[in-house]
Amino acid sequence: MDYFLTEEQQMIKEIAAQIARERIRPVRAALDENEEFPWEIMKVLAQSDLFGLYIPEKYGGFGGGIFENCLAVEELGRACIGIATTFAASGLGAYPILLYGSEELKMKYLPQIASGKKLAAFGLTESGAGSDVSGIRTTAVKDGDYYVLNGTKQWITNGGEAEIYSVLAITDPKRGARGASFFVVEKGDPGFSFGKKEKKLGIRASATRELVFTDCRIPKDRLIGREGMGFIIAMKTFDKSRPGIGALGVGLAQGALDIAVEYARQRKQFGKPIISFQAIQHKLADMATLTEAARSLVYSIARYLDTEPKDFSKLSAMAKLFPADVAMKVTTEAVQVLGGYGYMKDYPVEKMMRDAKILQIYEGTNEIQRNIIAQELNKEYGRMKESFLG
Amino acid sequence: MHVVICIKQVPDTKNVRIDPKTNTLVRQGVESITNPFDLYAIEAALQLKDSTGAKTTVITMGPPQAEEALRQALSLGVDDAVLLSDRSFAGADTWATSRTLAEAVRKLEPVDLIVCGKQAIDGDTAQVGPEMATLLNLPCITYVRKLDLENGNESMRIERATDTGYEVLRVKLPAVLTVIREIGEPRIPGLRHKIRSKKQEIPVWGAADLGLEPEEVGLQGSFTQVVKVFSPPPRGERRLLSGSVEEMAKELVRILKSNNVPGF
Repeated sequence: MDYFLTEEQQMIKEIAAQIARERIRPVRAALDENEEFPWEIMKVLAQSDLFGLYIPEKYGGFGGGIFENCLAVEELGRACIGIATTFAASGLGAYPILLYGSEELKMKYLPQIASGKKLAAFGLTESGAGSDVSGIRTTAVKDGDYYVLNGTKQWITNGGEAEIYSVLAITDPKRGARGASFFVVEKGDPGFSFGKKEKKLGIRASATRELVFTDCRIPKDRLIGREGMGFIIAMKTFDKSRPGIGALGVGLAQGALDIAVEYARQRKQFGKPIISFQAIQHKLADMATLTEAARSLVYSIARYLDTEPKDFSKLSAMAKLFPADVAMKVTTEAVQVLGGYGYMKDYPVEKMMRDAKILQIYEGTNEIQRNIIAQELNKEYGRMKESFLG
Repeated sequence: MHVVICIKQVPDTKNVRIDPKTNTLVRQGVESITNPFDLYAIEAALQLKDSTGAKTTVITMGPPQAEEALRQALSLGVDDAVLLSDRSFAGADTWATSRTLAEAVRKLEPVDLIVCGKQAIDGDTAQVGPEMATLLNLPCITYVRKLDLENGNESMRIERATDTGYEVLRVKLPAVLTVIREIGEPRIPGLRHKIRSKKQEIPVWGAADLGLEPEEVGLQGSFTQVVKVFSPPPRGERRLLSGSVEEMAKELVRILKSNNVPGF
């Protein structure tokens, strides 16, 4: 399939694919087994200029958009979405600064993130606040030229490893969701420490950890945007980042399909390669069709988002929802095609199946994505003059 | 600091075949690649660029399409490239090649270091580096596995691999080094360098640009000539055993016994 990539987009894909093939595939099983953070790979990604694809040139980036970032994420995800998540999460941490940060914040932090010299992270989730952002308890109280943060963030990707954190905290408890604000917190800020590192079903190379704020004092100019904009910043960030999760799903599904087809061509039962059996053929055909459909969806929506349209929450949610479900289905079927071998750790598909599950959960569960899509449908059709019932 | 890297474009040996009738390389449909050992030379130079900001220039002698190998080096981060190409260069042996490369290095002076791969995988001679050093009257260290600048970039501490271990040497710059795999894994291209590599102008220098006469280059300037290329005779029958380890071990012992191999 030719998606009419520009020469530069093709180069991004090639570089990411080379890193996936030569550097990630040989180590993914060990990093998964040992829950080891992929620092070596992050250095390679930095040296290859991939961290700043979506960041404007003015701030040291490549000046591309969501689509360019998706191309890289997909190729990395084809080998390991634990490692690709680590890469993509730095972008999630950067987006609040990129979208709403002051010029000073952008000049200070974006070049470090774009060069890959420092990783970023996004701190929203708490023990009592996930899908329901209004449950946030972390507070930020203004004290002269400082804000003082107190509270604990949970399950923060790149926690402990990243140096730059975009953190959501309540600045006005009376105003509910409108009383939340985003701040940049740096590793090493007084009163900022890390709690326990989680043990996970999948994406085990990625670090998932608590952020603990105990009278953490940060200069007041670390506020992103204005007080009270936190919830909007979070939603707009997700609108931009969700196609990236879709791209992880596409890459993961493709990676599983690659293995399933190659295996089915080699594995012989009843004297024939199992790909000659219709039961296997139909599985592979469905896997390939779903994967290509997910890719087409992610690419077209990512490209559309890069034209800076006004409302795109629905499309952005679709670009996450469908590929995440596809990845779960395709990886599960890949294990089935490989049978007993697929269930063993000797082949990478069991890891892929374990990894896939997170795609349906993080950056808004797939149920939340469906809510967003349905709400937007309700609004859209409410605005329409025409009736389709008659 | 200025580092010059000498590289060579070679046929991809994974696919090399020799025409049994003519005894020559089947070139048709064979992809060209950068000599794998030269990628280590590029990596060594780029490590110096990373640590000291050294300027790096890559050169190769070859037909016009050898430009591809130079562009690959640029995509890895090498600053400049020069292609040495001239009809009169054709048929060069290692001496004539070294002669041409040495003149190019002179033209690129000041040069503090020249890095080559330990050998090319097509000819396997490992002669060009040392011959070039001879022609330039520079010290040469082969099979370098580690290098460190010292004395304010006046000299280098070198680890040179030997059959039994390694030697530690100190060499004054400028010098010629040929490097091996242990120098470091070749890096992956950077996006910015890759984009630049497509557009960057690559000068082409011929014999006249280097002040060389036709009898000093190519076939005419060569001391040696390839008289015949042939495939070595096949090494005899090979069999691949299959089955479990136990089955294969049993079968192997049976075969060894039936062939009266001593000890079985």
